[in-house]
This record gives sequence, C-alpha cells and structure tokens, in this order.
Amino acid sequence: MTTFVPPEIDWLALAPLIVVLGAGVVGILVEAFVPARARRTTQIVLALAALAGGLAFVAVLWPQIVAQPVQVVGGSVTLTPFALAAQGIVAVLAFLGVLVVADRTSTGQDAFAPTASAVPGTSYEDLARRAGLVQTEIYPLLLFATGGMMLFASTDDLVVMFIALEVLSLPLYVLCATARRRRLLSQEAAAKYFLLGAFASALFIFGVALIYGFAGTVRLLQIAQQVQGGMLPLEGMSVLLVAGVLLVTVGLLFKVGAVPFHAWTPDVYTGAPTPITGFMAACTKAAAVVALVQVLYRTSIGVQAVDPQILRQLQVVIVVVAIATMVVGAVVGSVQSDVKRLLAYSSIAHAGFLLVGIAGFNAQVQASTLFYLLAYGLSTVGAFAVVTLVRERRVASGSRSGEDNGPVADDGVVLGEATEIAQWAGLGRKAPWLTAAFGIFLLSMAGIPLTAGFVAKFGAFSGAVTGGLWWLAVLGVLASIVTVAFYLRLLVVMVFRRADDETVPEQVPDAEDLDASETAGASGGTAPAALATAQVTAAQRVVVTVARSRGPAAVAVAVCAVATVILGVFPSPVLDLVEQASKFVP
Amino acid sequence: MFPWLTVLIAWPLVGAAVVGLSALVRRRTGPAGGGTGLARPLALVFSLVEVGLLVGAFLAFDTGAADEHQLGTTASWIPQIGTSYAVAVDGVGLLLVALSVVLVPLVLLAAWREQGHDEVRLRRFVALVLLLEAFMVAVFSARDVFLFYVLFEAMLIPAYFLIGGFGQGPGRRRAAVKFLMFSLGGGLIMLAAVIALYFLAVSNGVDPSRAFLVDELVAVDLGTTAERLMFVGFFIAFAIKAPMVPVHSWLPDVAGNATPGTSTLLICVLDKVGTFGMLTLCLPLFPEASRWAAPFVIALAVISVLYGAVMAIMQTDLLRLVGWTSVSHFGFIILGIFTFTPLGTAGSSFMMLNHGLATGALFLVAGFLVSRHPERSQKIAAYSGLRSTTPVLAGTFLVAGLATLSLPGLATFASEIMVLIGAFGGEPAGSAAWTLAAVPGVVLAAVYVLLTYQKIFTGAPAAGLETLPDLRVRERVVAAPLVAGLLVLGFVPSLALTYVNAPAEQSVAAVTAVDVPADAAAQMGSDK
Repeated sequence: MTTFVPPEIDWLALAPLIVVLGAGVVGILVEAFVPARARRTTQIVLALAALAGGLAFVAVLWPQIVAQPVQVVGGSVTLTPFALAAQGIVAVLAFLGVLVVADRTSTGQDAFAPTASAVPGTSYEDLARRAGLVQTEIYPLLLFATGGMMLFASTDDLVVMFIALEVLSLPLYVLCATARRRRLLSQEAAAKYFLLGAFASALFIFGVALIYGFAGTVRLLQIAQQVQGGMLPLEGMSVLLVAGVLLVTVGLLFKVGAVPFHAWTPDVYTGAPTPITGFMAACTKAAAVVALVQVLYRTSIGVQAVDPQILRQLQVVIVVVAIATMVVGAVVGSVQSDVKRLLAYSSIAHAGFLLVGIAGFNAQVQASTLFYLLAYGLSTVGAFAVVTLVRERRVASGSRSGEDNGPVADDGVVLGEATEIAQWAGLGRKAPWLTAAFGIFLLSMAGIPLTAGFVAKFGAFSGAVTGGLWWLAVLGVLASIVTVAFYLRLLVVMVFRRADDETVPEQVPDAEDLDASETAGASGGTAPAALATAQVTAAQRVVVTVARSRGPAAVAVAVCAVATVILGVFPSPVLDLVEQASKFVP
Repeated sequence: MFPWLTVLIAWPLVGAAVVGLSALVRRRTGPAGGGTGLARPLALVFSLVEVGLLVGAFLAFDTGAADEHQLGTTASWIPQIGTSYAVAVDGVGLLLVALSVVLVPLVLLAAWREQGHDEVRLRRFVALVLLLEAFMVAVFSARDVFLFYVLFEAMLIPAYFLIGGFGQGPGRRRAAVKFLMFSLGGGLIMLAAVIALYFLAVSNGVDPSRAFLVDELVAVDLGTTAERLMFVGFFIAFAIKAPMVPVHSWLPDVAGNATPGTSTLLICVLDKVGTFGMLTLCLPLFPEASRWAAPFVIALAVISVLYGAVMAIMQTDLLRLVGWTSVSHFGFIILGIFTFTPLGTAGSSFMMLNHGLATGALFLVAGFLVSRHPERSQKIAAYSGLRSTTPVLAGTFLVAGLATLSLPGLATFASEIMVLIGAFGGEPAGSAAWTLAAVPGVVLAAVYVLLTYQKIFTGAPAAGLETLPDLRVRERVVAAPLVAGLLVLGFVPSLALTYVNAPAEQSVAAVTAVDVPADAAAQMGSDK
C-alpha cells in the first residue's frame, strides 16, 4: 500500500503566477459584490496592482533563479531564468496594455461595448448604452489571459502547456468580441479567432499525444533524457516524435502568427477593440515565442540523439516558415490602407524576424529573443494606444444623435477610430507629441539605430549568422528594408501631407508647433484656399480629431516611447539581464 | 590627457539646453512676448567659448604626428553589439572641426535679424544651430563606424528643421523633405554596409565588443566581392551628401529655399561629411575596392565639375547659383581624393576647408544682399549697379567670388592647383585625360562669378535700389574673418598644409599598398 506523499511546493516560485491568477479570481468576486459605481475603479486598481505585484515577485525571485533554476509541482512549472524573464516581460507589457484599456479618453467612453452579449443593432443594445452600463469583466479576463501567458512560458510539461494555452486563449476570444464600435466586425473576428484557435489547439494536443506515445512522458526534458538513455517504449518509431514535435510547433506557430498559420491575424487585429489588439499582439506573441523556443530547443536535444538528420530537417522547417512569414508580412503589409491592418502585417513580419533568430539554434538566441520581444512589445502597445486616440468626428451641422452618443466634444460627436491611413494626413500638426511618439514606435519597428528595434534586430540576425545562416540574415535585412518603406510611408503621410479637413482654427491649439506660425502668415496662397474648401465641405463631412487621453493611455504611450529610446541608446543593462536569463540552456 | 573633442562636442549641447531653458528665465523677469530675449546672446557666447576651446585643442594637437588620431576618448558604449564611443581626429578632421566651430558664431551673427522678433522662434533657431554644431564636431571626429553612422543620420534632424521651419523660399518644406529623403535613402544603404562590415570583422576574428572601431576594421581582409559591395554602400551615402552628379538634385533646392546661414552650415560644413567619409572611411577600409571603382568615380567627379559650373551659369536665382558652384567644387575635391596622389589628396583636404570659407562667405554676403532688397528678391536680375551705393558689400562679394574662382593669392587657388597637378599624375587609368577635361571648370567658374558680379554691381543702379545701406558693423564682423582666412591661407598655405600632408600621404599609402586583381582590372576595362 502506497502512502500519500504531499508534494513539496516552493510557493515563492509560484508567486508571480498566483498573484496574477488570484487577482483574476478576486476580480470576479468584485463583479459580484462591489457596487456598480465603484466597480470599474476597483477592477482597474486591482488589475494594475496584480501585474505590478507579479512583476515585483519576478524581481524578488530573480537572483535565486539565476543561481539555481527550480522545478515546482513535479516540473509542471519549471522556472529557468529564461522563463522568469519571459514572465517579467509579459507582466510589464500587460501592465502597459491595461493602462491603455483603462483609458476612457476625452470622449468619456472606453473601447468596449456596454453589453457585449447584446445582438448588434437591437433595442437591447440601445437600452444598455442609455443606461450607461459598463462591461468591467474585461479586467479579470485580461488577468486570466496574462496568467495563462506567464504559465505558458514557464512550463516543461506539454499538458500544462496546453492548459495554459487554453487559459490564455479563451479570455482573448471573448475580449475580441467586445468592441464598442463596428461590433459585427468585432464578433466576426472573435468567431474566426475562436475557430482557428480551436483547430490549432487540437493540432497541439494531437502532437502531445504522439510524443507521449513515443516517449511515454510529456515532460520535455525527460523526453531528451529517455532518448539519450535509450529507454523508449516504442523504439524505432521516431517518426512519432518528429510528427509530434511538428504538430506542437504548428500549434505554437499559430499563436505566434507565422505564415502559413497567420490568416487570422489581420482580421482579428482589425476587429478586436484596439487596446485589446495591442495587448494581444505584444503579450501573446511574447508568451508563444518563448514557449516555441523552449519546445524546439529542449526537444532538439532528444531529436538529435535519435538522428541528427532530423534536427536538420526541423531547422529547415523553421527556416522556410521564417522566410514565408517575413515575405508575406513585408510585401502584403506594404499595400495596406488601414493602420490596424498595417500593424497586423507588421506583427507578422516581426514574427518572421524572430524566427530568423530562432532558426539559428544556438544559446545566444535566447537572450536576443527576449530583448526582441520586449522591444517589439513596447512599440506595439504604444502604437495601438496611439491608434485608440485618433478619432473621427462628425461636424456639428450634420449630427443627428448628439445626446445619446456620449458627451459632445466642442462642435461635433467624436466617433470611432480613424484607421484609414489617408485620414492620418496632417496628424503631425494636430498632435505633435502623439505623432512624435508614434514615429518613435514606427522607427523602432523599422529597426532604425538609436531605437530598441535596432538592437533587437541586430541580436536576432546575429543569432542567425552565428548559427551559420548568414544568407537568412541577409533575407531578413532585405525584408526589413521593405517594411521600412511602409513605416516611412505612414510617417510621411502623418508629418508631411496636409489633411483635407485642415483649417486654420484647427491649428490654433498647437501654435507651439514649429510650422504653425508660418502657415498662418507667410506661406500665402495655399492656406486661404484650404480654408475655403474646408468650409464648403465641412457641413457634410467627418473630420479627424485626436481624443485627449484621460491619463492612463498617455502614461502608457510616454513610457513605451521613452523606454524604446532608452533601450535603443543604452541597452547594455537590459542586455546584461537577458544574457543572464539565457545562462541555463535549455 | 584632456578629452578635448568630447568637450567640444558636449559644450554646444549644453548651450542648446541652456538656450532652451532660458525660456523659463525670461518669463519671470522680462516682459511677456517681448523681443528682448536671451537666446541670441547666449548662443553667441556659447559658440564663442567653443572657439576658445578649439584654440586649446589646436595647441594640444601634435602637428608632428598629424596623421595620427589625437585628442580623443574611447569608451565602450554598447559592448554587446560592439559599438564604442570613440572620437579622435587627425589633421584633416581637426581642420573640419575648426571649420564648423568657426562658422557657427558667424552664422549666428549673420542671422541676427533674420528670424524676426518672435522669441520662441528665435530660441528654436539658435538651439537647432548649436545642436547641429555638436553633431558636426562629433561626426568629423567619430572613429567608430556605428557612431559615425548614427551621427550621420542624427544631423538630419536639426538640418531638416532649419530648412523646413526657418527657410525663406516658398518651396522650403518641399526642399526639406527632398533633402531628408535623399539623405535617409543613402543612410539606409550605408547602414546595411555598416552591419555587414561588423559581421565580416567578427568572422575574421576581431573582438566582437570592438568590431565597429575603424582602427580594428582597417586590418580586416574582407574578400573582394564583399569589400566592393560595402564600398558601394558607403559611397552612395557619401555621394548623396557630397553632393555628386547624379544624386545632387536636392542641393540647389535647399540652397534656394533655406536661409543663407543654414546653407552655409549645410553645404559648407555638413556636406563635407561626404568627402570626409570617402577620404577617411572608404579609402582605408576598402582600399582595393576604392581602386577598383576609381575610374568610374573620377568620371562622375569631372562630370560634376562641368555640369555644376554650366548649371551655375544658367541660374537666375543668386542662392541657387551658389549652390550649383558647390556641386562643381565638390567634384574637384572628389577628383583629388580618388586619384590617389599625396599632392592631390592633400589638396582635396585643404580644399574642403577653403571651400567652406569661400562658399560660406559667398552665401552669407549674398544673404546680406538679399536682405537689403525691399522684396527680398533672390533673382539676380532684380539687382544692378550696387557698386556705387554699397561699395563694401560689393568688395566683399568680389573677394568671395574671386576665391570661388580660385584667384592666385587666395587660399582656394593653392588647393585647386594642388588637386589638378596631383590628379594629372594620378594612378587610375585615364586620370590625366579626365583631369584635363576638368580644367574648363576653372574657366567656367570665372564666367559665373564675374558675370554675376557684373549684373549685380555694375551699371546704373536699378530703380528703388539707389539708397540701399552698405554693410553694417555686424555684417562686416561676419565677413572679415572669412576674407582674412582666405587671404592668410592663400599666402601661407603651409599653415593648413602641415595638418593635411601627413594624413594624405598615409591614406594614399594605404590605398596603393594593395593590388587590384588582374581579372578585376580587365573586367573594369570592359565596363567602362
């Protein structure tokens, strides 16, 4: 008769996860017990505190884990420095993401539907809006998703990884469907994401089953040991292992958004509420890439023991996916006319750049991948935060429903986001600071020196070069140049092109702008002409305006922009940290 | 040892910051919105102290070892990607640093009344000028390829705002965008080459944490194909900056639309980065590729000389004309560099300095002239007969013009003759023929200078221009150092040549030490 031995649990090592997931549970209780008027504030404070707390525990754990990685709950959570750093990055990015989510802007509305369950266009939806309902469940959902991501990045057990995958995905499916505006698009996006995500999950778990069939374990490190020790239930059936690893990889590549598993990305990124898109693009990608690195690198040890040739083939798969991802992201991205879709394709291209580094299959890649994820995440959260603030405004004379559509901003109703690239013309004059921040994000994504993106790309591509794939790095640089073209195009539209609706009164608020005084005065012919056309057409036109942030989103944008520059100019301390994080391989 | 260059870089930055912060002081003490601000005097003081620091740097510089890089600092910047903060100058670098530092106070003085009385605007203008000064000093002393690249691009920011925000022409915004696009395009190509250079260096065993240092890179054998590709990457960026036909077309637009002060800084100093980069980066880093490309480069340089001169003759706009003369002169400088003779290279280095003084004088004096016109017309045809009403202005313009056409006795003569004699005996095939072809450029220079002088200053005064005031004291103070410099260096060129001769010999020796592979030479013959 066996006696029950309670497992030794290192609670401190689990603390970051417990804080975030626990706060999610508390958040649900808040929904039930806190009065409606205090609910939103409570949820926001709780969510931010939980993420900050998670980050604090990561910092506390850091020296201990760097000295000695630990396995908790029989390896279900395996805290290597790499995993812990990934947890920290996810927490930081989620914190910034929640700040953007929490901002109601000067319109007084957040980006979420009053009741997401109402059928779009029904009177029930209308009633909910008039009643001023607020959907505060989004905050616990965000916390669950974040907790899932943190677990996803720090487990060695494929079944736990699968559970984490679901914990992070299911809240995201829901969040995607909650957009306040363009609700059908939002729900369509959620449905697509759910169906394709479910499919990917199925592939993942099927792969896990095959691996278990081959090795008799779902623990990545044990698989390697078993193979090396020659203790295999099904010797000679290495095809099971290969097929299993490939299927698991496919499941992960789906979350990463790599071609050919990227099809959901543009639609979901466009349809989801923009703050959620920023959160999803930054954090999900970080968690999924870290998980992918761990699966690939840990299984590669086992695979190599079975047959070195197989590792070679696995590398070919990653290389092909990397090339396809870069090319599709860069080329298709350059013909987009919608800012959110453009950023979606840009995120696909970045998945490709990350894979270029990963394909190098060497230890150095782990550090550069972490840095890349942080750099990319900061500029992504920031860029989508800017998108939330650039709005359409119906000019007063044409307005029909001034009262029930929310507070009225000076002479018209502020509508949804203006996501057409053409609408962003002249933004540099309307909002110079916002444009400068967006410019920093774009330059960082483009990989221009003195921004974080340059250091990140440098690391990723040098990982490929170290791995002997210099030609892949060259392809990466070429694809980067294509992406530079479309980032610059957007920047040129914002800074240099004059908006159709630009009128002299609009320029008065930013007379600080370098160019404003001369347009009003010296430049002569063009300004009066523009004024005349604007006056003629203004009556029946929607103009582009910039909603003022109520604080949180502005803080997020500022932090992202400053961090992007600091990581570009003085990245050494952070590079040292990620260097430490990759000390224990795998 | 005292880090002279670091101080020279940091001081204007401090100046820009102080000027920016002076806004706070004025709001407390001065009248709101008045034009009695501190910005201009503060900036002038900072730039004059900078000149004092420069004198210190000159005294500390060992002319006996002018080919060695001195006065510098080297510190690790981002060791993980191999970049360092490394600054040091040889004689050529020091002269160009001096040119930037000397021109800034003159430009500030020349632009004293140019930007009106709007305090915010003035403060921005002088802060941008000081910022640009810091970048210029830094770029001429950078000894790390990555640092050089970053500064090369960073300079665009103040330059863009100076052209687009403070220019005088109606097309200033367009000109600024054109300038930015040309420079960014060239810069990105160069960035690719810079990074490739790093990886090749690392794979050749250079310490990865120092692999951007020029001193480490010169020793690396890159392999023929890679070296040529990288040479092209660097050269395109430098040719755009220089500006060289066929990538020069941004320059006349900028010259015609920016203020004369901006043009002076931009064309007389900042564009020297192009030729300076060819001399101090392309030649030592890619010696074999430089020789491989030399015939092609020489041809383009001579085309620039002639085309720039012909276009200058055809201009109706005074400032555009000065811009085109620069295209011509940069052609001479590049001709001297790519014929690989000590004499020609020294002449080119000297000419970089002289062109700065002569063209700077011409731009600034032309600016004074334009500012006197009731409608601020830049058209040459709007003026005539000003010699009698504004004799000092006419005289200064003539001296600057004569310096532009390289009259014996002025510094430009010495440098141009050195370039031509050096280039005639140059090593690349066809040097002599191309040099002879460039000689008419000298004659054409006489045509555009003297014709312009004749149209503007001789004859009967045009209606409305009879009572123009002559140069004011402030304007004379601006012109005097430039004219004096041209005269002194004209009679005693050895003052400058002690700084450029040794570096010239060294860079020529570095290039001629390598051999062009035979097959490459044959292929080159069939290409051309």
